[in-house]
Amino acid sequence: MRARNMIYSKTIDLMDPVRLPVIDLLYRLADDGLIIGHRNSEWTGLGPAMEEDIAFSNMAQDKMGHALAMYNLLHEMGEPEPDVLVYQRREEEFRCCSLVVLECFDESARTADSPLSNNPTRDSLLAHGDWAIALVRQFFFSAGDEVRFAALAESTFAPLAALARKFRGEIKYHTMHDEAMLQRLGRGTTKSGQRIQTAVDALWPHALGMFEPTNHDKVLVQSGICPLESELCDAWRESVEPLLRKSGIDVPAKANPIYGGRSGKHSPELTALLDDLQKVARLDPGAKW
Amino acid sequence: MVTTASTSRGLDLIWQALETVCDPEIPALTVIELGIIADAWIDNGRVTIQMCPTFSGCPALDIMQSQIKAAVQGAGFDDVTVAVVFDPPWTSDRITPEGLRKLKQFGLAPPVRCSGVVREDMLHNVACPFCDSKNTTLESIFGPTLCRAIHYCNNCLQSFEQFKPV
Repeated sequence: MRARNMIYSKTIDLMDPVRLPVIDLLYRLADDGLIIGHRNSEWTGLGPAMEEDIAFSNMAQDKMGHALAMYNLLHEMGEPEPDVLVYQRREEEFRCCSLVVLECFDESARTADSPLSNNPTRDSLLAHGDWAIALVRQFFFSAGDEVRFAALAESTFAPLAALARKFRGEIKYHTMHDEAMLQRLGRGTTKSGQRIQTAVDALWPHALGMFEPTNHDKVLVQSGICPLESELCDAWRESVEPLLRKSGIDVPAKANPIYGGRSGKHSPELTALLDDLQKVARLDPGAKW
Repeated sequence: MVTTASTSRGLDLIWQALETVCDPEIPALTVIELGIIADAWIDNGRVTIQMCPTFSGCPALDIMQSQIKAAVQGAGFDDVTVAVVFDPPWTSDRITPEGLRKLKQFGLAPPVRCSGVVREDMLHNVACPFCDSKNTTLESIFGPTLCRAIHYCNNCLQSFEQFKPV
């Protein structure tokens, strides 16, 4: 109980055994932000409507900003600089969940002679991209962000609580956007409703996987840094399930959450993503662009 | 030896210098009017300026940081640090009344006071900065920069942007 009342005002106040769990938590939060930011930025120039093109680009920029602020906090705690963390870490060192990693464009959209091309034709990308997946992922994720950062705003780790309070104001715009679009498409045409339902069913186990327990959870809860992942998951379900129903979408029945990301076990889709993201840095380490 | 009097004069010089730094995306507003300067102090000749970013992902942050540093150095201080802080969190309520007036003059509908908690109704029937009509429609809560939403005025038939309440 000693630790519960203690406030960690600065990064240097964090000592063993709390320090490492907090570092792990920050990696999870920052990597989720970076990777969903990267995924959402893939829709820049490709959104199904101009407003959605702009929305996904804006939300990508917000999440990159959140990731950067948390990588900076990690750097303050003795971890490498943000550019090193993003461009030089190996896949198994990332702590993001599978929901953010999922690819919305199927592999055939990439041309055979240039497998890592980041500029295939727009038509080819659109023919192979599923924006329903992108939207439902974003809806699940922003609802998760909202419950997580609401809890972290009360964290005993003051620098993280300050970030959480700041992020919440920005995330509010994401949830407003996502809920409005979910309703519009869920209750739109038969086809749009079906596509949203298919995406919800496919992503549900990944979404539950956002709340993968880690062996640091106990220390984090005891020291008042953050609540249990299972509590966050319950709060998330209380938030998204009524919104799904309101949008005419069935809440999937029992599903097994997809875990692994929080301990560095990822699908090959992250390999391909990092090949893209780290391409220039690998060709010319230390390059400025 | 820095005396209290000279420190206070130094602070005046610093705040005067800050009044010359404008937001690169909204050049009508100074960083003070935008409310992003959280604090400034001098300690043994070293100047520290704390700035709180408007939006966490704002790409103008680096530019503003270097412009603030250059302006304060130009006022005669060699050792200047500009630190980005999140406590206090910036909210649109930090924009000064003069800043709100200049936003409107610049063509951006100013944000309503929101105490850091945005509700959806704050984004509807926003007064048009050109004709003041509230007969307006929200077109998109996201716009060309993180801080702007897009609206349409049904009275003067023009699109306009709003500086988002946050």
